[in-house]
Amino acid sequence: MNRRGRLVLGALGAVVVGVLLWEGYKAVGPADGLSLAGARVLPRTDDAAMPHIATILSRFADPELSGGDPIWLVVLQACLFTLRSVALGFVLGGLVGLLLAVLMQRLRIVERGLLPYVILSQTVPLIALAPVIAGWGGRLSIGSYPWQPWMSVTVIAMYLAFFPVAVGMLRGLQSPAPIAEELMRSYAAGWWQTLVKLRLPASTPYLFPALRLAAAAAVVGAVVGEISTGTRGGVGRLVIEYSREATTDPAKVFTAMIGAAALGLAVAAVIGFSEFLLRRRRVRA
Amino acid sequence: MKRTRTALAILALSTLVLTACGTADEPAASSGSGGTKSVKLQLQWFVQGQFAGYIAAADQGFYKEQGLDVEILEGGVDIVPQTVLAQGQADFAIAWVPKALASREQGAGITNIGQIFQRSGTYQVSFASAHITKPADLRGKKVGNWGFGNEFELFAAMTKAGLDPGKDVTLVQQQFDMQGLLRKDIDAAQAMSYNEYAQLLEAKDPATGKLYDPSAFTVLDWNSVGTAMLQDAVWANTSKLESDASYQDTATKFLAASIKGWAYCRDNPEACRDLVVKRGSKLGASHQLWQVNEVNKLVWPAPSGAGMIDEAAWKATVDLSMTTKNADGQTVLTKAPEGLAYTNDYVQKALDTLKSQGVDVNGAGFTPKTVTLTEGGA
Repeated sequence: MNRRGRLVLGALGAVVVGVLLWEGYKAVGPADGLSLAGARVLPRTDDAAMPHIATILSRFADPELSGGDPIWLVVLQACLFTLRSVALGFVLGGLVGLLLAVLMQRLRIVERGLLPYVILSQTVPLIALAPVIAGWGGRLSIGSYPWQPWMSVTVIAMYLAFFPVAVGMLRGLQSPAPIAEELMRSYAAGWWQTLVKLRLPASTPYLFPALRLAAAAAVVGAVVGEISTGTRGGVGRLVIEYSREATTDPAKVFTAMIGAAALGLAVAAVIGFSEFLLRRRRVRA
Repeated sequence: MKRTRTALAILALSTLVLTACGTADEPAASSGSGGTKSVKLQLQWFVQGQFAGYIAAADQGFYKEQGLDVEILEGGVDIVPQTVLAQGQADFAIAWVPKALASREQGAGITNIGQIFQRSGTYQVSFASAHITKPADLRGKKVGNWGFGNEFELFAAMTKAGLDPGKDVTLVQQQFDMQGLLRKDIDAAQAMSYNEYAQLLEAKDPATGKLYDPSAFTVLDWNSVGTAMLQDAVWANTSKLESDASYQDTATKFLAASIKGWAYCRDNPEACRDLVVKRGSKLGASHQLWQVNEVNKLVWPAPSGAGMIDEAAWKATVDLSMTTKNADGQTVLTKAPEGLAYTNDYVQKALDTLKSQGVDVNGAGFTPKTVTLTEGGA
């Protein structure tokens, strides 16, 4: 069996194992869960807490509201809406991260001064930050184009996405062996040439793991940002809207959650595919 | 060389973009197309029947009649309407009085210019089998509440009944849904008459296989317990109200059109339900009709005119806010509100305008509908 076949089989197997675990626990677990000293250690297994996978899947085909679009279409549209914020936030965050990494690599003093703040930036709780960013957004405009709520979500996604790139790329840019740097120096190569010919190529093994983290962070940032600011149209908003209906329709909220997870997988797949393309080109060259 | 030029071009471009990020005009000062005035209204939550009157005023053209172009901004989990208003990103905001007064004490310059909901819509709901018929019965029970300032009436009722909310009951943080009550994790759960209470009646009773009957629950209604506080009110920017004549004029017009919208929803609840659904609410149609109908009960009848702030009710809300201690022993307000906390000047003018147009602003003959809920509110 070739490598691709095994990959597909592995992915399918993981889904099957996930479904079996869910349904298996639902079948054997206590309906009311298990509580020890007032704290719940095992979740409930009744249909309200853990709907059957089949129920959730069939919910995708039902209309969202009577006479409305089917849920799969609503969730798909919401995911595409969120994807705009994710993609923009990821690209902008990646660029900012790259710029910071280059700057920190170039000037040691910047690294010493900036790195603690870069790390500090990720310790600010997102739920405290989101309303502030949404608040700033209300007063800004890009030229004559007014600020849109989804742009605040993009900024939040970007804020999370820049960090892994900045830290990972800094490590990557610093990775060439001293002997390689000395060789560049002996060629009388300038800083820019050393960066382009040596440091950037050397950092690709660090770049892609960082980009994967950044992509995942951008999805989380966009979804949480949408929940926090109530931005209409995205999948984060759907999670909140559907969770309000969990009293009577517990399967519905899972459709939105599956949508959000699928969005994350799709973005990760894009990164994986671009890594594959780049590797192949490098091997051929 | 070519690369350097590209890099320079990118740098120049990004500088351009950055400098283009200017500060937008102050919302109140901007004027929309055709000589109308642009106004932003910040809601407390997503579009739903709770805000039917404002939606009707916008979609039935009542705001336009007054020369206003009103943009309705939805709320979110972390959006605080009175803060948005105080920061100048909205011209008016809908907020509950105790929460807004707490923000006011923290320095938000806002004024209540119209008390749209004359009554409180908050219930504490329990299963009839739990026999919680008065606040004192909450002793020793698991009492759900949402926190974030939505719990003051409950705490006031417990305090009034001689219970210490921090010791005599087990407080439980409630989720958005009512599963906690249905599964007995909570003995008495907080519920808005127009939303969560309906969710209960839209759920199936596993014992009978039918929807829960209202007789399955007992409801503590803070209006009859006597610890009701004022809820949805229209808040305006205090400093602009005191100095800006055009803003004062806008405030009057905004109130007139909004109250006309609420009168429209009183007389045409089905039409208002359709407007709310059309605005993209994700809640079902029967749930929205229930919500419009219940909210109508909070607005109408309004003996002294819709939107008028009743001095006694205001005082009761302020007194409860100053005396009720929460679980940490803190009160909502530490002192009586200073400055212009509320005014009836603008709503009075708005009511006069509407009366001259023949709009019924008292709704003395208002009778609520009987709404039949379906499973899931579909």
